[in-house]
Amino acid sequence: MLDPQIIFAGVLNGLLAGGIYVLVAVGLTLIYGVLHIINFAHGSLLMLAMYAVFWLWRLVGVDPYVALPVVTAGAFIFGFVLYRLVIGRFSHGRDENVLLITLGLSIVFDNAALLFFGGETQTIDVPYAGSFVQLGAAFLPLPKLISFGASLLICVILGLYMAKSDTGKAIRAVAKERQGARLVGIDVDNIFAISYGIGIACLGAAACLLMPTFYVTPTSGNAFVLVAFTIVVLGGMGSFIGAAVGGFIIGITEALGGLFLGEQLGQIGISLIFILILLLKPTGLFGSKA
Amino acid sequence: MLEVRELSKSFGGLKAVDQASLDVRQGEIVGLIGPNGAGKTTLFASIAGFHTPDAGRVVFNGQDITGLPPHRICTAGMVRTFQITQPFAKISVRENIMVGTYLHTADRKVAEHEAEAVAGMVGMAGQLDQMGADLTVAGRKRLELARALATGPRLLLLDEVMAGLNPTEITEIVQVIRDIRDSGITILLIEHVMQAVTSLAERVYVLNQGRMIAEGTPAAIADDPQVVEAYLGHGAAKVLRA
Amino acid sequence: MSRQAVLCAVGLGIAVIYPLLAPNYLINVGMMVFFVAFIGQSWNIAGGFAGQTSFGHVVFFGTGAYTSTILQVTYGWNPWLAWPAAMLAGGIVGWIIAFLSFRAGLRGSYFALITLAFAEVFRILANSVPFTRGGLGMLIKADQRPINFQFKDPIWIYYIALALCMISLLIAWRLTRNRFGARLVAIRENEDAARALGIDVFAEKVKVLTLSGAMCAAGGTFYAQKYLYIDPSIAFGVDKSVEMLLVSMVGGAGTIFGPLIGSVALTVINEVTRWLASVVPALKNVQPLSLVVYGIMLVLIVARLPDGLMGLFRRKPRHA
Repeated sequence: MLDPQIIFAGVLNGLLAGGIYVLVAVGLTLIYGVLHIINFAHGSLLMLAMYAVFWLWRLVGVDPYVALPVVTAGAFIFGFVLYRLVIGRFSHGRDENVLLITLGLSIVFDNAALLFFGGETQTIDVPYAGSFVQLGAAFLPLPKLISFGASLLICVILGLYMAKSDTGKAIRAVAKERQGARLVGIDVDNIFAISYGIGIACLGAAACLLMPTFYVTPTSGNAFVLVAFTIVVLGGMGSFIGAAVGGFIIGITEALGGLFLGEQLGQIGISLIFILILLLKPTGLFGSKA
Repeated sequence: MLEVRELSKSFGGLKAVDQASLDVRQGEIVGLIGPNGAGKTTLFASIAGFHTPDAGRVVFNGQDITGLPPHRICTAGMVRTFQITQPFAKISVRENIMVGTYLHTADRKVAEHEAEAVAGMVGMAGQLDQMGADLTVAGRKRLELARALATGPRLLLLDEVMAGLNPTEITEIVQVIRDIRDSGITILLIEHVMQAVTSLAERVYVLNQGRMIAEGTPAAIADDPQVVEAYLGHGAAKVLRA
Repeated sequence: MSRQAVLCAVGLGIAVIYPLLAPNYLINVGMMVFFVAFIGQSWNIAGGFAGQTSFGHVVFFGTGAYTSTILQVTYGWNPWLAWPAAMLAGGIVGWIIAFLSFRAGLRGSYFALITLAFAEVFRILANSVPFTRGGLGMLIKADQRPINFQFKDPIWIYYIALALCMISLLIAWRLTRNRFGARLVAIRENEDAARALGIDVFAEKVKVLTLSGAMCAAGGTFYAQKYLYIDPSIAFGVDKSVEMLLVSMVGGAGTIFGPLIGSVALTVINEVTRWLASVVPALKNVQPLSLVVYGIMLVLIVARLPDGLMGLFRRKPRHA
């Protein structure tokens, strides 16, 4: 039915997309692993970051890749402040509350974007968008390759940071044993805010990597949130390796789904995976607690 | 009434309960004691259906209830309370107890009257309109007791119902428990408060590190060197006797 | 008669007389208030009373809408007969989702997310399968006679919406006074304690989702008959899920009148922004502002006023 060459190309493209998904998922799983909260605003925040990248390009002429350090830093600050002012303060530490608060935030963000930016789809035109690298029968868009490489690089940097830096160690301590961390003098509330900030910073970076080949509308948040959660649940809540593996699996699933079932129906693969994982193995591939 | 045979339950690699056996006869008050972490609550939970035992049997009134879900065991006539109280926070004491009385009636008025009667039995008649979340520790313990009573059990499993109570409150609850037994309900209780155990229990089982190490009257237990060692450490019995 | 009963009677009286005096536009607004209150109550029964928060409740709405529309348009059924069929379909979907999810032991946030995924699956399917006409949507032929569940005068649709809302209030009121409702609240407050007291938690949860699904599906049919058009994004889009959840949470989850109050609040905010948009040319597209406001309200309610707007009316002090 389908030429193996086409499937090969599809898998490769899916792998590339997956690389960026990993970055989105890593942020989400970090937030869950450390704060034990399900950040339902993750998709909406990605959407806001993507708009930030777009407006930087449209108004100031900054190339999205060049903007990466700025947007990532800005996203970190935004996430840090958002946690301090709203999420941390209002959730009273209860899981149900946080879900509803982050839902409320996503509603605010989605509709604020609609209000201020309008409903049109926005894209970025970079000069190298049309360039391709050929690998066999697969034509891989250059920006996608760059994004893929950058995403992996960022993940490695993040991993090193978590392993070697003092803050990174503190974060891992809090993730493992909250009370114990408090007892040895770690400012747990600050770590929470920092972790949330890092999670959102990942979104900032992902936004820069997505915009060259993607588009943004106010409803993008909704589309991404289920993908992000599927990856994290598939990989296992709180597991970095899980987020990476999950990201690639979902990227490929999406690509193959689109190939075999068409653009519309292809999306169903992700939701079905999500349902099946939750029903059959809620801890995911690499997760520990249910 | 209750026969537990060779019940074992492990979590991961840890054997929380190791081939424990006990009997409770109708009309008795039986105590289950042991140092912290001995596995008493796990044993309760396994008997009452909250954990499925890895091995062993639980027979209640001639019926094998091993591994049945908690709500079925409750309808069969055995109900447990929780060591850490679990009140229904956002509803009143009356409504809390009604959840129990609803087990045997679907009529709201009947459930309400019975709940008020049960509240009277445990001394909560004046608190019927208080919210579950607003109760003191003693109040929550009583509520825990009242709710369990409300289901009309034959056997009541009480998990550290005295914990956190002051001496006056303990004396009151001891009397309430005695009244409950006198009304025809059999009781198996986990307790740390020795005063309560000695004044209430006719027989006592001692659990240590998951294993049953002694059984007998409270007086006999207190003299048992194995029991002393379990609580005070290795060699303590010899030291005490010297 | 108690004070509350008097208030209800007065409210009902006003609601009945209202469309006789109001212009058509406002009749429609009123209809929307009661309709949203109705589907909001369907969410409230499962989410507010039983504590099973669902993020994908629209799945039942869309099931109802498509079932009755397909039966009508493709198979020639009379819509009044298709309506109970739609409710049955909604109940079945509710049963299936509940059975699968609770069998797997899903609770809290995981349950919320899986309902979202189910809704998305239904949406994608509706977009792709032939018998729903895919993304084109389905049109019901306009034939405005009561036998077709279509009315020339908006006042009748208003009264039906009012009746649905009254029925939902009645259901909620019954739940505050019967054993089923007491059990749902116990499950919400503490599942393990409920279990220990003899409640078959799984069975009760499945029951409430089935009831909720049937109710919500009834709303779907009503909506389809009012607008004579549905498509996958209307029927299964996330907006309705959010709306049902919002009006219940903001109005007061687990209360009888919460969804109605929330619906009134949402409608007021909606109409104010709509008026602003029409009056101030620069604010032409200010409609999303109402949802921004509502989202902020949700955050504040969860943070500060857990009983919702109803919490402002309660005389009995709730635990803080």
